[in-house]
Amino acid sequence: MGYRTDYARVHGHGAAGEGVGHWWSQRLTSIALVPLTLLFIFPFGRALGNGHEAFVATYSNLWHALVAVLFMAAAFAHLMQGLQVVIEDYVSTKGLRTALLIANTLLCWALGIAGILSVATVLFSA
Amino acid sequence: MVQLTLPKNSQMRTGKTWPKPEGAKNLRTFRIYRWNPDEDGPPRVDTFFVDLDDCGPMVLDALIWIKSKVDPTLTFRRSCREGICGSCAMNIDGGNELACIFGMDQVKGDVAIYPLPHMPVVKDLIPDLTHFYAQHASIQPWLETKSNTPAKEWKQSIEDREKLDGLYECVMCACCSTACPSYWWNGDRYLGPAALLHAYRWIIDSRDEATGERLDDLHDPFKLYRCHTIMNCAKTCPKGLNPAKAIAEIKKLMVERVV
Repeated sequence: MGYRTDYARVHGHGAAGEGVGHWWSQRLTSIALVPLTLLFIFPFGRALGNGHEAFVATYSNLWHALVAVLFMAAAFAHLMQGLQVVIEDYVSTKGLRTALLIANTLLCWALGIAGILSVATVLFSA
Repeated sequence: MVQLTLPKNSQMRTGKTWPKPEGAKNLRTFRIYRWNPDEDGPPRVDTFFVDLDDCGPMVLDALIWIKSKVDPTLTFRRSCREGICGSCAMNIDGGNELACIFGMDQVKGDVAIYPLPHMPVVKDLIPDLTHFYAQHASIQPWLETKSNTPAKEWKQSIEDREKLDGLYECVMCACCSTACPSYWWNGDRYLGPAALLHAYRWIIDSRDEATGERLDDLHDPFKLYRCHTIMNCAKTCPKGLNPAKAIAEIKKLMVERVV
């Protein structure tokens, strides 16, 4: 508990000078995801269940590949920002919170890059 | 992690059932949270029977009736009895209300009364609001000016004055902040709806000359951005204010500074 006053506890280390970038970016990615999800889901759905050839046929098309790359970039950025908020909200144990935030950032970047590389591989090898 | 269950020493037990008033025909049952720091043990819920023919219509009337006629140790804050001081904020029938302007007829069945949620309890229905008040003080709730003080007064147009409507009426009862899940989980760092509504009240005041500094002080992922527009604050405010809207306005101003 200690004898730190509530006023000192409220001020803490002062304002971080951060927050608006994250908030604004979360809104931008959510707006971008509305058309991108629709444009991505239909060609993806058509290829789904029709084997590897169907995916190669779909994503060797520059337009479909571009939509898929943009969708994954926006989706994983949005996922990373959203999960960060969830972790900050619900995990108060300092060490665990930091570990989860690091895992979230690395995992989302890795998955995003992996997805984009997969599409690029199909596009450029076709 | 977020604590979804009560700690062992806070788990409720059934308390005392106080005797019914003699000769009373029109009775209402009240189940009231009791905890005394001078006694060992977890909190309990006592049952009281209030004679409605001998009591006013508001929940605070019933509490005062109980304190006067049944148990003088029942402890709660109250002052103005007309919804202007904010002292008698408590959780009634599951919602945060001011007991003085909340009628018993607004509750169906037994009236359950608890202290404001997720705050340390001093005794019975009295929460410890020290941290809440420190958060209010931290936003510097007063006019900040740098220009020379005018001979008479800081003038304000009628239009600019109207911008303070829906903000200045806040009585700092803490109903909104203690209804906010973000405040429950991160109340040590998140300023909460009440303090942020007051912050906006001074940010938007045309006479104030510290708007930039005020926004700088709030530019923080925890102080401001824990608000996720859950809207419990607006739903529960006994004065009908909308702190969530005030917070959204602050966020808009933050974006305007960078876009």
